[in-house]
Amino acid sequence: MHPAPSVILFSTLSGLGFGFLAFLGWGALHPSGWAAFFLWGLGYGLAVGGLMASTFHLGNPKNALKAFTQWRTSWLSREAWASVATLALLAPVALSSIFGLGLPPVLGQLGGLLALVTVFTTAMIYTQIKAVPRWHHWLTPVMFLSFALAGGATLSGLVWAPVLLLAVGAVLLALWRTGDGAFARAGQTMGTATGLDQLGVPSVLDPAHTAGSYLKREMIFVVGRKHAAKLRMIALALASIVPAIVLLVPLGVWGIVLAAGLHLAGALAARWLFFAEAEHVVGLYYGARG
Amino acid sequence: MTALPQATEKKLGLVIDLDTCVGCQACVTACKGWNDAGIGLSDQDPYGADPSGTFLNRVHSYQVAVPDAPAQVVTFPRSCLHCDNAPCVTVCPTGASYKRAEDGIVLVNEDACIGCGLCAWACPYGAREMDAAQGVMKKCTLCVDRIYNETLAEEDREPACVRTCPTNARHFGDFADPESTVSQLVAQRGGYDLMPDMGTNPTNKYLPPRKKGPGTASPLAPLLDIKATGIAGWLDRMLGKI
Repeated sequence: MHPAPSVILFSTLSGLGFGFLAFLGWGALHPSGWAAFFLWGLGYGLAVGGLMASTFHLGNPKNALKAFTQWRTSWLSREAWASVATLALLAPVALSSIFGLGLPPVLGQLGGLLALVTVFTTAMIYTQIKAVPRWHHWLTPVMFLSFALAGGATLSGLVWAPVLLLAVGAVLLALWRTGDGAFARAGQTMGTATGLDQLGVPSVLDPAHTAGSYLKREMIFVVGRKHAAKLRMIALALASIVPAIVLLVPLGVWGIVLAAGLHLAGALAARWLFFAEAEHVVGLYYGARG
Repeated sequence: MTALPQATEKKLGLVIDLDTCVGCQACVTACKGWNDAGIGLSDQDPYGADPSGTFLNRVHSYQVAVPDAPAQVVTFPRSCLHCDNAPCVTVCPTGASYKRAEDGIVLVNEDACIGCGLCAWACPYGAREMDAAQGVMKKCTLCVDRIYNETLAEEDREPACVRTCPTNARHFGDFADPESTVSQLVAQRGGYDLMPDMGTNPTNKYLPPRKKGPGTASPLAPLLDIKATGIAGWLDRMLGKI
C-alpha cells in the first residue's frame, strides 16, 4: 500500500495525542495553571493536528462532515465520532485542571477510556480490510494501542513508561513475524484471483495497461521495500529500546522530551513500514504480490 | 446508507466468457466513452510521456501452463462484480457507497463522497479508481443510465461493454431469475466466482476457457532442425573451432 505522508502523520500523531490525553484524563499528572495549559494543549495539539493531517488525503474534503453519518457500519465514521466525543468530554476536564475547578475525576477517567476507544477505531479501519492480509489480524489494534499507551506514558514521565516502550518493541516483533506470512496464509494467488487455477498455472502475458493508474500507485506500492529490514531495526531501536534506556537515565524533563522525540521518530518509521509492507490482493492481477 | 440490503429483488450483473473473449479492448473503450460522457472519467497527460487515467474496466492477459495440454492465452476483463456482500459499501463513512435493494447494483453517490479511498482498499478486485481530477471514487455503474433509459432503442438498454463486445463474450441479466440467459450460462458452463474465499459473494460470474485438445506437431516441424552440410557444414565446423 502507498505510504501517504498524510495518513502516516495522522495515525502517528493522533495516536500519541490520544494516548497522552488518556493519561491526563486518568490523572497520571496533576498539573495546574500554565503547566496544565501547556500539557493539555500538547495532547489536544497532537490529537487535533493528526486529525487535520488526515483530511489532506481526502480527494473531496468539502463533504468531510458527512463522515459522521455511517457509524452503524463504518469504522472510519466511528472514529470520527469517538475522536470528537473524546475531545469534547475531556475539554471540561482540561479547563478544570487549568483553572482548578475541581471537577469529579470520573469525567476524566471516562474521557481517557474514550481516547483509547478512538485509537482502537483508527486501528480497525485497517484491521477490517480483508484484502490486505497483513493488516487483517488482531495484532494490528494491539500495535496501535501499545503505541498510544507507551507514547502517552512517556510524555507523562511515568516510572513504568520504559516497560510500555519495551512492550511496543515486543508487539512490533510479533506483528512483523505474523505479518510476513499473512499473505501466503490468506491463500490468494493469481490462480484464485482469475479462477484460472482450474485450468493450470497462470502468469502475466501482457499488462492490462502499460501506463500508471490509481490502482498501481495506491495499492501496488513496491518502492523502498528493499530497505525494510534496516528500517525495522531503526523503528525497533527508536520506538522502543533507545527511549526506554533514555528514560532510565536521570535527565529530568529533558530526558522525557528526548525519549518522546525518539519514540515519535521510531513510530513514524514503524507506521511507514505498516503501509509500505502491506500487500493488497489486487496486486495478484498484475503479477505483483503487493 | 452503507448497510447492505438483506436481499435484493433482482441481481443484475454480467457473465464474462473467458472462452470467447479475444482481448480486443472494445469493452474498455466503450465503457470509457459512455461513462466519460456521463459521470466523467478524467485522463492525466493522455498524449504525453506519462499518461494515466480512470477506467472502470481493464482487460488483462495471461498465459496459462496447462498440465498435459498446450499452453493457453486467456484474456481477462476485470471490473466491478457487484458483490452481494460488498466490503466497499460497509467501509464507507459517508453513505456515498451503496448497494441498491431493487436490483443489487453497487453505486457511488459522488455528491456524498469525500474521496478517502477506503472503499478502493476494501475491494479485493481493484474495481474502484479514484478520479484524479474530481477527487471522488469511480466504479462500474452497470450502465444504470443505459439499462433503464427509455430514450434509447431497446437493444441498446444494456451496459456499453456488453453492447459493444464483438465476440459476445459479455452477457447482462438478472441472476435472481433462474431462467435468465445469464443464469442458464452459469449453470451450463460452470460459471465461477473470483476469489470466493474473500467472502464477497460476487454477482458477476466468469465462464472458464474450454480446455484445448492435445497438441499436434506442425507439419513444418522437421524443417526446423536443419543441419548444415557440404561447404556450409565445413564452414560451420571450422568457425565453431575458432
